[in-house]
Amino acid sequence: MSANTQVQPDYNYKVVRQFTVMTVIWGIVGMSVGLLIAAQLFAPALNFDIPYLTYSRLRPLHTNAVIFAFGGCALFATSYYIVQRTCQVRLFSDKLAAFTFWGWQAVIVLAAITLPMGLTSSKEYAELEWPIDILIALVWIAYIINFFGTMIIRKTSHIYVANWFLGAFMLTVAVLHIGNSMSIPVSFTKSYSLYAGAVDAMMQWWYGHNAVGFFLTAGFLGMMYYFIPKQAGRPVYSYRLSIVHFWALISLYIWAGPHHLHYTALPDWTQSLGMVMSIILFVPSWGGMINGIMTLSGAWHKLRTDPILRFLIVSLSFYGMSTFEGPMMAIKTVNALSHYTDWTIGHVHSGALGWVAMVSIGSIYHLVPILFGQPKMYSTSLVNVHFWLATIGVVIYIVAMWMSGVLQGLMWRAVNSDGTLTYSFVESLEASYPFYVMRFIGGAFVVTGMLVMAYNCYKTIRAPKVALATDNAVATA
Amino acid sequence: MTLFWTIWISVITLGSIIGCYLLLRWTLANKTGIQEGETMGHEFDGIVEINNGLPRWWTILFYICIVWGFIYLALYPGLGSFKGLLGWQSSNQTVLSLEESEASLQASIENGALIQYDREIKFANERFDPIFAAYAEIPVETLATNPEHADAVKVGQRLFLQNCAQCHGSDARGQNGGFPNLTDKDWLYGGSGDKIVQTLQNGRSGMMPAWLESFGESGIEEIVEYTLSLSGRDVDPVLADKGKARYVVCAACHGMDGKGNQMLGAPNLTDNIWLYGGSKRAVTETLKYGRNGVMPAFNKTLGDDKIHVVAAYVYSLSNEN
Repeated sequence: MSANTQVQPDYNYKVVRQFTVMTVIWGIVGMSVGLLIAAQLFAPALNFDIPYLTYSRLRPLHTNAVIFAFGGCALFATSYYIVQRTCQVRLFSDKLAAFTFWGWQAVIVLAAITLPMGLTSSKEYAELEWPIDILIALVWIAYIINFFGTMIIRKTSHIYVANWFLGAFMLTVAVLHIGNSMSIPVSFTKSYSLYAGAVDAMMQWWYGHNAVGFFLTAGFLGMMYYFIPKQAGRPVYSYRLSIVHFWALISLYIWAGPHHLHYTALPDWTQSLGMVMSIILFVPSWGGMINGIMTLSGAWHKLRTDPILRFLIVSLSFYGMSTFEGPMMAIKTVNALSHYTDWTIGHVHSGALGWVAMVSIGSIYHLVPILFGQPKMYSTSLVNVHFWLATIGVVIYIVAMWMSGVLQGLMWRAVNSDGTLTYSFVESLEASYPFYVMRFIGGAFVVTGMLVMAYNCYKTIRAPKVALATDNAVATA
Repeated sequence: MTLFWTIWISVITLGSIIGCYLLLRWTLANKTGIQEGETMGHEFDGIVEINNGLPRWWTILFYICIVWGFIYLALYPGLGSFKGLLGWQSSNQTVLSLEESEASLQASIENGALIQYDREIKFANERFDPIFAAYAEIPVETLATNPEHADAVKVGQRLFLQNCAQCHGSDARGQNGGFPNLTDKDWLYGGSGDKIVQTLQNGRSGMMPAWLESFGESGIEEIVEYTLSLSGRDVDPVLADKGKARYVVCAACHGMDGKGNQMLGAPNLTDNIWLYGGSKRAVTETLKYGRNGVMPAFNKTLGDDKIHVVAAYVYSLSNEN
């Protein structure tokens, strides 16, 4: 169309390149920490009696590293790329872009130092202490200004659907982060939450669930809406479906937090609302999956030859599966079995490894050659190897956690004819051992895949330039 | 909850769901002015969007979920202070103490309220109480040692694993730091059935005072030497001798012979069994700064009949049949 014939604007690819490289590095770091603590669950001696390496301190490091370092860098990289390309304009501010990159890396490094030291606010996925929280807020506001600023100065008449999702993700995460992290500092490294009791728990899971809903879902749906049609070379299936599922998704997700607090001191009415909204949410969630997968209609044969597209499409399958599983687990009766068991861990990882990681990996394989002036990745067969390592690893992981979780749930509720519990907690833990080993094996597959990716990216970046290395020329690639 | 908040919650809840319904209706009808299946006419970096309709099965699923949402919110609590047509509650969420909880349980049995927790407790009590009442008729010692009642000991063991193992360990061998081994026939407060029941019902609190201020560093060192000599350990005889003179104060609780006093829960110092560790360093720590041991009371959580069965299990550990 007309835009294609025009000269491409001088995009800011520097910040995209920086975030892309860091995505791969933090992915390896975060997943390796996960692998270590997975091993600690069946071989506790692997903490080597060093306090900095205990499960309790490394677990928040793992979650923060994979969500905010790996996932966060992937979102920064792709959103800066998408917003420039779909608005046909250079980023609003290069200085703000550089600030978000260095600021975000500082946050990650500070997290990697403070969490093993045991400095924590003890709120899940929001463990970082208040000075780091303030830095996050500043970086985030700069990010929002830069992203929305770019949309305001866009050259296209409409705003592309990917940018709706990315914009919603940014605004909501700002509100969630600032709202949940409100605390009263008592020293430079210690603070207490502004909220108390059940209110604190509710705030925490309003944040926690929407970290999933907006950070790990809306943001990555934005990524999906650009890279799937781009990689498949097909039009987006339905504009109207994207409207209805966007608005329904963002208005329903924000309610779903209380399903993390079923059968607790949270009032009944709050639990009910959380459950009802979670179940209705199932439908708009699938709307996104349908729109992505149907975008492939007429191009299914490309899956046979293009492992990058395979990453993207399989990620949507995992997305569909975990957005069915989530609402099901939000039903109180199901939750009575699944809550506090490994089933939850399995569910999270089918979302995090199956959906978030795979869509990011696919997008990065699409991006790296373009950003570094190459016609394609160094080795397509290594991308294929990575695809199978990731897919097999994720399947082993989640199947292990399903079995372990359901087993735990059934053992915990088993009752004898005299009313006493059949199993003690320790017995259920013993029963979980083989599954912990199996989970570790699945995780090892995933980490190996990431190492293959790092090698492939390195070789691609360092390969002799076949195209001109200037941004201008690369952009037309 | 005030009426304002009930209205606030209801309006935004129902508003969100109705909003989803209207959105669905609005996108179902093609109001784009572009024919179905055609592109929308805008293009972003080479990506175009098609104006396809919504999948029918997906639309129906959406309607079903919305209708189900309304039905659930009509039947169950959700819209602020509206209790729902079924009158279901998970528990009486206004209770603040065990007494209030028991009163609430009683009241809900009388007025037949649909409080799930209370119903489950009532059901469990009706079904399981007679089993434990029958066990309670039989003396602890008989339950524990008579092979006929081996099942009772097993029930007691399961209760122990759920309620006691956290401190005393799954094998009841206790752990360092004041959690006694229950299998070594060394009893702080007595090992008869009655005494064990008493310990379980009312709990115990054992207090060893801190002596650093009274005796000073050197005094403590002397007493430690003497104390260790009581269980036949190799000690410095000169220091131990000096310690013996000071021990008179300790004898008030632990006895002149060091064999302790079960009336006070003062441990026997001659059997080389140590509640807080028997190393020189640990015993010095105990003498200098004292110790506070607490066994919680279980009469309110387990009830007399279940305590009886747990006591039988604990008794059986040191009294083979």
